[in-house]
This record gives sequence, structure tokens and C-alpha cells, in this order.
Amino acid sequence: MSHRTESPVGAPAPTGTTPAPPPRRGPGFWTIRRRDQLAGYLFVAPQLAGTIVFVLVPLALVFWYSLHEWNVLSGTFTFTGTDNYRALAEDPKLPGVLRATAFFSIGLVVTNLALALLLAVLLNQKLRGTVLFRTLFFSPVVVSLVAWTIVWGVLLQDNGGINGLLRTAGVHGPNWLRGDVTAMASVIAVQLVKNVGLNMVLFLAALQGVPHDLYEAARLDGAGRWRQFRSVTLPMISPTVLLTSIITVVGSLQVFAQIAVLTQGGPGTSTTVLLYYLYQQAFPFHHFGYGATISVLLFAIVLVLTVVQWQLRRKWVFHEQS
Amino acid sequence: MRQSRVLRFAAVATAGLLGLTACGGGGDKEDSGPVSLRMTVWSSAAPHLALFKSIADEYKKTHKNVTDITFDPIPFDSYTTTLTTQIAGGKAPDLAWILEGSAPDFVSSGALVPLDDTIAKTSGYDAADITPAATKLWKDGGKLYAYPFSTSPFGVFVNTDLLKKAGQPAPADLIKSGKWTWDQAFAEGSQVNAKTGKAGIVIRDFDYKLWENLSTIWTGWGAQAWSADGKTCGFDKPEMVDAMTRLNKAIFTEKALPGPGTGADFFAGESAMTVAQISRAALLKDAKFGWDLVPLPAGPKGSYSVIGQAGLGVFKQSKHSAAAADFLAYFTNPENSAKLAQFFPPARKSQLNVDTLAKSNPLLKPAQLQSVVIDGIPQGVVKPAHSGSAELSQSVRSALDPLWKPGADVKAVLTSVCSAIAPQLSK
Repeated sequence: MSHRTESPVGAPAPTGTTPAPPPRRGPGFWTIRRRDQLAGYLFVAPQLAGTIVFVLVPLALVFWYSLHEWNVLSGTFTFTGTDNYRALAEDPKLPGVLRATAFFSIGLVVTNLALALLLAVLLNQKLRGTVLFRTLFFSPVVVSLVAWTIVWGVLLQDNGGINGLLRTAGVHGPNWLRGDVTAMASVIAVQLVKNVGLNMVLFLAALQGVPHDLYEAARLDGAGRWRQFRSVTLPMISPTVLLTSIITVVGSLQVFAQIAVLTQGGPGTSTTVLLYYLYQQAFPFHHFGYGATISVLLFAIVLVLTVVQWQLRRKWVFHEQS
Repeated sequence: MRQSRVLRFAAVATAGLLGLTACGGGGDKEDSGPVSLRMTVWSSAAPHLALFKSIADEYKKTHKNVTDITFDPIPFDSYTTTLTTQIAGGKAPDLAWILEGSAPDFVSSGALVPLDDTIAKTSGYDAADITPAATKLWKDGGKLYAYPFSTSPFGVFVNTDLLKKAGQPAPADLIKSGKWTWDQAFAEGSQVNAKTGKAGIVIRDFDYKLWENLSTIWTGWGAQAWSADGKTCGFDKPEMVDAMTRLNKAIFTEKALPGPGTGADFFAGESAMTVAQISRAALLKDAKFGWDLVPLPAGPKGSYSVIGQAGLGVFKQSKHSAAAADFLAYFTNPENSAKLAQFFPPARKSQLNVDTLAKSNPLLKPAQLQSVVIDGIPQGVVKPAHSGSAELSQSVRSALDPLWKPGADVKAVLTSVCSAIAPQLSK
């Protein structure tokens, strides 16, 4: 970055054809730089105000609430220091909740990214019907999440559509939402089909941005299709892989409606993920202070995962390598 | 930049939680100027709301300072959660229906206004007419914090056409011969399922989640979820093990009840019997099949009755709590209680007779009202209630889940229920 030399306000314009502006007394307070700065601040002000009111203040309040025992019914709000954090560390349900969260997140992120990339590669071919399939895979993204989940809830019943379909093929399907493993798999699958289209479109855009001459050069060097994918495609789309992986990881930690509609955290506590546990504690159980403590934990987890991904980008994102 | 966006994204969950709760505030108890009251209810049935409105309109005629009374229906599934969220946000209603399950929480919290003084000074209220058994759950330290406006016994609705089709005897005849037992009911349910493909017996609203509704069965075995003082777990007691073993067999071996994840609606003609409260009779207005209402079958410990209750309370947080309590006394006075009786069985002894109930329940026969409602209320066991009800209910539901499969180790599962809820019971 080189520094511009500022000319004082009111200095004659460099071109001779433009008439000179009326002379002013000295540079004054409103220099061009200051006016530019003011304009800049005014442009970001609405966004900044929104961020302060809806993000930063609530974030600070969550920390504050997490230090209190807040009984909504009796209207008591008592400072308890780190009691909630100690209770969280000793919460016998927490390991199970974290395990369920990890299963869900890993299951969703791996399948979502793999399937989205596979679909994008397939649909990037110059074949008939790709537009139709592209629309088909993307359309669930724009469907209302709750409506989508309710329909799947009906389909996944023991006597629902999925098992009906399996019966016609002579297969006796499981009671999807009642088994520990099948319930988790169902929730992941419902979320996967809902959102895979978004990542697919992002990958597709990235794939179309890979210059063709790189493939030509690779072919001349004797690279097969797999080698071309591994050594040309993947490095070139790695910034998009980083973006989609961060979005998907963060999104997976925010799953709520699917759990609330499909399983309510069951059977047992097999699908009680962290955000659903937070909701249970804060709202149905009336432990608002403890709920705030869990949201601080969720915040910390998201922060750590994002920072780790961001730091690792230097190792595997093509444009970030020195 | 991207990182800050992600951080912002992460904070949305917490912001959402706080957006609902950040704006707290107290209430001014002085009633100056026009009063507007809001009552939350979990029924959105048009006949219910029309009746409430007509009572409110009458009240407004004699209380000119009350300009508006609104009835705000909240879906049943999320009723208590929504209500407490409104309280947390400083937007508590003036009056609210309260579910029996959360009665101990509300009654002991100090969130409600005691009603005794208002009731005492309301002329013609006749508080002595209210059965003590009905108000027990709603009292704390001798004071009444909510009025039990609905004390509704559970009965069995029977699709007589479906039973006939499966060649099964009608429960009404079995009652006469003293053979109306759970074993018989399960056998009939099993036969209906085998011969017609329809469901046998549906425990309404249970759906393998709201386990409290199973008290309509286990009470027949003499079992209870916890002791009367709420301190000792009852799930691992022999009575409960026997009841649940029998239920597991009925579901998975005899197929007398639809299994988990299988929906069947009695009122749409999809099952032969359903265990439900009498207020559900309204759903049979346009029924295309013959039906009957009979008391719960007898269990090994003989005949019994289970009642579900709903209370009506006034919040301290209300700006007009005095006016709200006054309206509550009017809403539940003898005259209006008789009107409400068509949907909500009253807790007033004088109104628990076939004549009063028959007038407002045209769908039910006098014999049905006598056997299920009038005989049921005095001896009824109230569905399980405990402080910290939502958390306790969730713990039991999670721990009971392994029971809902064929050949479950009933004793082990029920023991695990007790271990799961022991810390909460001891609080």
C-alpha cells in the first residue's frame, strides 16, 4: 500500500479545461479524507447498528445471564458466579449430548460435501438434462424447512411412505425414527437432501471457473481423469471447499427444527444435540441461566472449529499457499 | 471478513434466544382507566371460544371499566413453554389455563395471585360447593392459586361397528356381566387388528412420548409414577413392572395397540377403542360409525378412575391482577360453571348430576355420564404431577424409550427410569 499525497481542499484541479472551484479559506475541518470517512461510516452505520443491537449486546448478555440463576416463573434473578459452569462440567447428560452433536456434525459434513462435490462434477458435464437435474437437486433448498421436515416425519413413520416403498421391493424397513442409529441417520439424511443443493451450486460455480488449458496441459503430461481431478480440479476449487466446509460445519451445529419435529431428541437421548439441549434447558425446563451457559459452550465450539479451519487453510487451500 | 460473518452466524442462536427474553419488566397493579384482559388457553375450538366470549361479553356489561377481554389460543404441544417465554419477556397474560402436569411449578412459584379473598367477596360464589379433591393440586399453604375449571375423567370411546365387524362383544354388555377388564379389552383390540387390519386400542396423546397418559392403564394395577409426597420413585415397584409387562405384551405380541411410529385416529374410524377425556366427545358430532363411551376397564386391583385437570390462574405480573381475579370469579361462578360444563366437567358437587351434565352434553347418554363422569370424579386419581415437571417428564420419556420394542427387559428399563429421575425427585 502506498500513501497518496493529499492535496488541500480547494487546490486547483490538475486539468486546465475545468473551471477552478471557488476559493475557500484554508483546508477547514471537512477535508476530502474526512468526508470520505464520514460517508464510509454512514454506509456501514445501519449494518453496525444491527450488529451491535442483535449480535454484540445479546452476546454480552448471554455471558451475563450464564452467571445467574434465572427462574422465570418466580421472577428471581440471582447472581451465582461460576455455578452454572461447574454444573455444566458435571452434567451427566453432557457427554451424551456432545457425542450426539459430534455424530451429527461429522455425519452431515462428510456426506454433504462428498455428495455435493460428486453431483457438481456429474452435472458439470456437457450432457442433456443436466439443467433439469440441477434444478431438481437445488429445489429443496428453497422449500420451507419445517414443512420439509414434517413431510419427512410422515414418510419415515413405521407405516409411512419409505417403508411402503421398501415393502414393494420385498424389504421390511426399520422403524426409522425409533432406533438409536436409524433415528440419527434419518435426521442427517433429511438435512442432507435439504441442503446438498446449495453446496452443489457453489462447487459447480467453482468447477466452471477452472481454466480449460490446465486440463489440456495435464492431459499432455499424461494425466488420467482421476489424476486431473486430484491435481487440477481439487486445488483449483479448494477455496470453495473451505467456504462450504465452514458453512456446513457451523450449520450442522445449529440444527434444531429437524430434531424438534422428527425425534424431540429421542429415542432416549440419541439425537439430543447441543442446540436442542440448550432449548430444552432454557425453555421447557425454565433454566434460562443454565441455557445461557450451554450457549456459551456452543459459541466456544463454533469459534474453535472456525479458527482451526481458517488456520488449516494455508496447508490445503491453493491460493493461500505461499 | 468471512470469519467475522461466521462468528456472527454462530451468535444468531444466542441472539434468537435473547431476542425473546431480553425485554423484561414488572407490572403496575393500580387499575386506572380502561382495563383490557388477556387469557391464554390451549383450545382453539370455535364452540369453546364462542362460549368464553359470550361469558366475557356479559361481564363487560356490568363492569364498564373492562373494555376488552381476549382469549389467546396457544397450541397444546408448546403451551407451557410459550407461556413461560411470555412471562420471561415481561408479557405474561392476565389469566391463563394451566396444565395439571405443571401445576406444582406454577402454584409454588409465587407467579400466581391467591384467589381466596376475591372468591370470598364474590356474592353467590358458593365456594363450599367445590370438591376438596379437585382443588388439592392447586393449593399451596392453604391458599388457592388456580381454579380447577375442568376436572375431566378418562373413559374409553368405543367404535361399536368395528367391534361387531370383528365379532367381538360390546364393552357395555361386558360391564353388565362384570367382564370389562384390561385383559378383555386387549383381547378385543387384538382381534380387531387381526380381522380388520384397523388399530385396536389407542391411548390418545400418548404416542410413545407423553407417558403420563399411561396412568390410565397402570392405575388398574395399583401402580403410580411416584409416591404421594413426590419423593419416592414408583416405576421399579412390582405393580408397575406387572402393568408395563402386560402393556408391552399387548403392544408387541398381541398387537392390541398400534406400535411406535404408527398413527391411528379413533375419531376418523381408524381404531376400535381409544382412552380419552369426555371433552373429546365433541369430535364425534359427525361420526359415521356407531359409538359408545364406557369407564376404563378394571385392572387386577379392581375398577378405578383417572382424571385430568386444568386450572385457571391470574398472574402477579399482570397490570390488572385485581380485575383479572374478579373476572376469574365471574367466569367460574355457579351460573357460568354450568355453562362451561358442556365441555369441561365442573368441580362443583351441585353440578355433578346427570340432569345438569345431560343438558349441556347432548352427545352423551345419561348412563354414560353417570358411569364415567359422576362416578369417576370423586374416586379419580389425578394424572402424575410434580415440581420441575417438564424436566422430569423428559427424563422419564428418554429412559422409557427402550421399553417400546418387542421382548424388552421391563424390569431393567423401569429400574433405569428410577435412576434417571432420582436426583429430580429428591429436590
